[in-house]
Amino acid sequence: MIAHCAGEPVSARQFLADVRHLAARLPSGTHVLNVCADRYHFAVGLAACLVSRKISLMPGTRTPEAIRQLAASTPDALCLTDDERCDIDLERVHYRRGPASAATWSMPRLDPAQTAAILYTSGSTGAPVPHAKTWGSLVHCVQSGAALLGLAGGAPFAIVGTVPAQHMYGFESTVLLPLLNGGSFAAERPFYPADVCAALAAAPRPRVLVTTPVHLRTLLAAGLDLPTDLIVSATAPLSRELARDVEARFAAPLLEIYGSTETGQIATRRTRDTDVWTLWPGVQLVCRAGDTFAAGGHVGRPTALADVIEITGPDTFRLHGRTADLVNIAGKRSSFGFLNHQLNAIDGVSDGAFFQPEAAPPDGAVTRLAAVAVAPALSAAAITAELRLRIDPVFLPRPLLLVDALPRNATGKLPRDSLLAVLDRHNLERQDLERQDLERQDPPPGGV
Amino acid sequence: MPDNASLMKPAASPADAGLQREIAELLVQALNLEVAAGDIDPDAPLYGEGLGLDSIDILEVALLLSKQYGIQLRADSPENQQIFRSLSQLGTYVAQHRTK
Repeated sequence: MIAHCAGEPVSARQFLADVRHLAARLPSGTHVLNVCADRYHFAVGLAACLVSRKISLMPGTRTPEAIRQLAASTPDALCLTDDERCDIDLERVHYRRGPASAATWSMPRLDPAQTAAILYTSGSTGAPVPHAKTWGSLVHCVQSGAALLGLAGGAPFAIVGTVPAQHMYGFESTVLLPLLNGGSFAAERPFYPADVCAALAAAPRPRVLVTTPVHLRTLLAAGLDLPTDLIVSATAPLSRELARDVEARFAAPLLEIYGSTETGQIATRRTRDTDVWTLWPGVQLVCRAGDTFAAGGHVGRPTALADVIEITGPDTFRLHGRTADLVNIAGKRSSFGFLNHQLNAIDGVSDGAFFQPEAAPPDGAVTRLAAVAVAPALSAAAITAELRLRIDPVFLPRPLLLVDALPRNATGKLPRDSLLAVLDRHNLERQDLERQDLERQDPPPGGV
Repeated sequence: MPDNASLMKPAASPADAGLQREIAELLVQALNLEVAAGDIDPDAPLYGEGLGLDSIDILEVALLLSKQYGIQLRADSPENQQIFRSLSQLGTYVAQHRTK
């Protein structure tokens, strides 16, 4: 069995038949934006691309601006979708079921050197930065990790993921990990806590929940029983307290994974017991001029990490937050450089900057970014609508404050204190408005 | 299970209006929205454009509904696609499904 779709098992033979059917339907271009929401459809699309030497594209976001940039850099890109209402502005191919598998088709052999996927990070300017992954490096990465998660060796396991297949973490842990290690995965991506419980209950044991701090926090708070045998979390670090609570509440070990789009997954820890991460076999960290690089193993050449890292041993380290330009909201990553570029690229915005009002809270609680902008002819709502076309909604500013001039100092920099002062003034005005709103609904005695 | 037609009914009774207002205040407070509860258009979409909620907010709202009204949302029934169409739809759904 390779997957379960609504509780029904899908055999490897059916999978290969579906892959062959889809591969024959794909047009001749070499780049495919696979946006299938169903994890099984995604996996069939991925494999159909692999056997026909096409490259799967995985941008960080699918805003119209991101699609426009993707089309500019890969003009032959087409979009594979399983949503009839998909309006992505590329040539679209709709996923269709293949015939029930009758003929056998031998497992295709793939070239480890072929480029399997290109993932994108936002970079520090307006242009997304591509990261090409060879099939060999992806396999190497996932196989190294499987052993550390206790999922190597061919014994079956079933993955239920709350993360999309198109994100590096979801790609590795919910699609490649089961495909390459004799596991299976649930096709659906459960969202509400009750859906997560139902998807786990429908999967064969042992079950692995692949999720994020935001979802773990919600699952704990929902007070439901989570019938899982292992929990994997990534995208933002968890505290030991929450890890202990999760393990105690759901009676399953919780392993965290550390990685990045640039490097893939490189380390894990059992957070209940330790704050120290253990690197995957063959991967090393080196410190150069204040920056930390990962190298070796599936990473290959030294690749910079965007986190502040303390190396504690040959294969261990601690995380100490992110480098200054990086932004992580609810596990999604961007950079202030990218976000500011997008804000300033809007017609009518003459100056603007994003900032983080408070330090990111731990454990899946979410605080949003704020932004200030100078745009005499635009409303905050109009700027937000423009931003929505350019950046992932999770980074949309709350609030976006219009000002006459940004509080720049003599050297043109934006001191954090000055930005916070602008926000404080806004919050005071807002409290006034809220009071008025309450009084409108429930006038105070005396007819004020 | 209500049919779609019953979900399209506007929240007309005073009790529904009170519940709708209560939910609006919960949303503004929990999501730290830049809008006064009384200014939320009851017929504007909550998701995306309109009130501007995203999936992180929706997860938070799901938690609120379970704590406040004893409702466990599920994504697998067609009627659930309607819940976040607007504040008034959400109010109607809560009125019909609340267990506390």
